[in-house]
Amino acid sequence: MLNLSIIQSALELGAIYSLVALALFVSFSTLNIADLTTDGSFTLGCAVSASFCIAGHPILALPAALLAGAAAGFVTAFLQTKLGVPSIVAGIVTNTGLYTINLAVMGFSANLNLFRAERIFFYVQNVLAGTPLEGWDKLVTTVLIALIVCGLLILFFATRLGLSVRATGDNPDMVSASSINPAFTIAVGLCIANAMTALSGAVLVQYQKSADINLGTGMVTIALASLIIGETLFGKGGMLRCVAAVFFGSVIYRFIMAVALQANINAAALKLISAVIVGFAIAMPAMKEYTLLQRQKAAYRRKKKGAAMYAKD
Amino acid sequence: MLKIESITKVFNRGTVNEKIALDHVSLSLEVGDFATIVGSNGAGKSTLFNAIAGSFYIDDGSIELDGEDITFLPDYRRSRVIGRLFQDPLRGTAPRMSIEENLALAALCANQKKGWGLSRVTKKDKAFLRDYLSVLGMGLEDRMKQPVGLLSGGQRQALTLLMATIITPKLLLLDEHTAALDPATAETVLKLTRQIVAERKITCMMVTHNMKNALDLGNRTLMMDAGTIVLDIAGNEREGLTVNDLLEKFRVGAGKELDDDRVRLSEME
Repeated sequence: MLNLSIIQSALELGAIYSLVALALFVSFSTLNIADLTTDGSFTLGCAVSASFCIAGHPILALPAALLAGAAAGFVTAFLQTKLGVPSIVAGIVTNTGLYTINLAVMGFSANLNLFRAERIFFYVQNVLAGTPLEGWDKLVTTVLIALIVCGLLILFFATRLGLSVRATGDNPDMVSASSINPAFTIAVGLCIANAMTALSGAVLVQYQKSADINLGTGMVTIALASLIIGETLFGKGGMLRCVAAVFFGSVIYRFIMAVALQANINAAALKLISAVIVGFAIAMPAMKEYTLLQRQKAAYRRKKKGAAMYAKD
Repeated sequence: MLKIESITKVFNRGTVNEKIALDHVSLSLEVGDFATIVGSNGAGKSTLFNAIAGSFYIDDGSIELDGEDITFLPDYRRSRVIGRLFQDPLRGTAPRMSIEENLALAALCANQKKGWGLSRVTKKDKAFLRDYLSVLGMGLEDRMKQPVGLLSGGQRQALTLLMATIITPKLLLLDEHTAALDPATAETVLKLTRQIVAERKITCMMVTHNMKNALDLGNRTLMMDAGTIVLDIAGNEREGLTVNDLLEKFRVGAGKELDDDRVRLSEME
C-alpha cells in the first residue's frame, strides 16, 4: 500500500510542514497564544518565495520570506501588546490584511507557477551530483532545512531571551518581577514563529513549483494536529525532546494523510479529518476526566445499592 | 537609598468605589535598613509595595532609589534592582521550566549588559548555580533538571528568594512571603531570609501579620493604616518593645484598635 516514493514524499512534506508545527510550538505551547496569523504568514512566505524565484533569486527567497513572516508576526504582537487588541483578534486582523498583501506580492494573480523558474533544489542537485545521495535532493534539502531550524530553536531556547520567552508563557506573574518586558518577549516569540511559518511556505512553493493564494487556508489546524500528535506520542521533556517530538509529529501526520489519499479518500475531505483529529486531541483530557467521574459515580451508586440490600437482609 | 516623597494613589477615582489607597506617604530608608511593616487589611501595605515596584504609576509624589528618580520607570526596568517576593509561592517561578532553567534565567537577567539577550549559561555557571542552590539544604541541587512545578510551596518560595537575590538587589520587597507556608517551612524560609539579608546587607522591606516577627526582624518597624504610615519606630525606642506595647502604640497613633483577625490569630498561637 505504501511504496517508497510515497514514504519519501511524506518525509519531505513532513519536514517542510514541521516548520509550521514548530512555529505553533513557539506561539501556542510556549507562549500560550493562539496565533491566527499563521494562515496568512504561510501564504506570505509562499508569495514572497514565488516572486523571488520568478525574479531569479531562489536562495534569496528564503531569508526574504523569513523577514516578511517576522514582520507579519510583529504586527500581530504590536496590536496585542501595545494597542490592547485581544490576541486572537489581533491574529485574525493581521491575517485578513495579509490576504491583500499576499495578492499584491503575487502581482494580483491568485496563482503563480515556477515550472520554468530556478529553485533551491537545482543547486542542491548540482552539489549532490556524483555522490551517493544523487537524486535525493528534495529529501536532503527539506530535512536539512528542518534540522537547521530545529537546532537553532533549541539553541535559542537556552539563551536569556529564549528562557524569557518561555517564562512569559509559563508564568506571566513572574515575568515583570524578573526584569523581563513581556511586550518584548511576546513580540520576539511571534516574530520567530511567523518567520518559521513563512519559511515553510517559501520552501513548499519551490518544492511543488506553484503558489496559490489559498495555500495557507487551515494551516493552523494542520500544524496543531502535527504538534498534538507529536506531543501525545513522544511526550514532553527537555527542549531537545519537545522539538524532536514536534518534527516527528509532523512527519507522522503526513504519513496519515498519504495513507488516507492511498485509500482513495477525497483530497477535499482531508481538512475535515485534520479538524476532527485536532478537536479530539485537544478535548482528550476533558473527556478522560468526564469518563473517570462517571465511573466513580457508578461505583458509588453500586456501593450504596449494596449497602441498602445488606440492610434489608 | 529609598526616598519616597508624598506619594498618593487613588483607585476608582470619581466613582462610588473611590478608595485612597496611599495618602501622601513619605518614607526614607538608609542603606542596609530592614523595615518590617504591619497594619490591618486594606491599610495600603501591598499598595505601597506595588508603587515602589512599579506595578502601577502613582498619582502624585515621587520615588527615588539610590539617587535615581524611578517614578515613571516601568516595572520590568525597576526589577533589575528591586527583588520582590509575594505571598503566593507559585508567583515567583516558572513551573514548566526546570530548576536549572529558572535559576539560569534569574542569573542571565541579572546580568543584562552582555550581548543582545543571546547570552547563555556556561558549564561553569551551571556548577555555580548548583552550589548556590545547595545553600538551602533542601537537596534541590540534585534535582536540577526537574520542572519547578514538582516542588512544594516552601521549596518554590526558597528558590524564588535565591533567584531574587542572585545578584544583590538594591532593595528587597517581601510581601508576606511566608504567610502561605506551613509553620515549619515558614520558619525555614524566614531563617534563610534573615541570613541572606544580613550577609549581604540588603536594604529590605517586609510586610508581615506576625507582630513578633515584626519586632524580632530588622531594625525598624512601620505601621500603616488607611493609606498612611501611623507609626515609625527604630533604634532605642524599638529595643525591648513587646507585642502589646506595639499594639498600644498603634492605638495611640491611629486612634483606634488594630483591626486584623490574622494578627489576633497569630498572637494566639
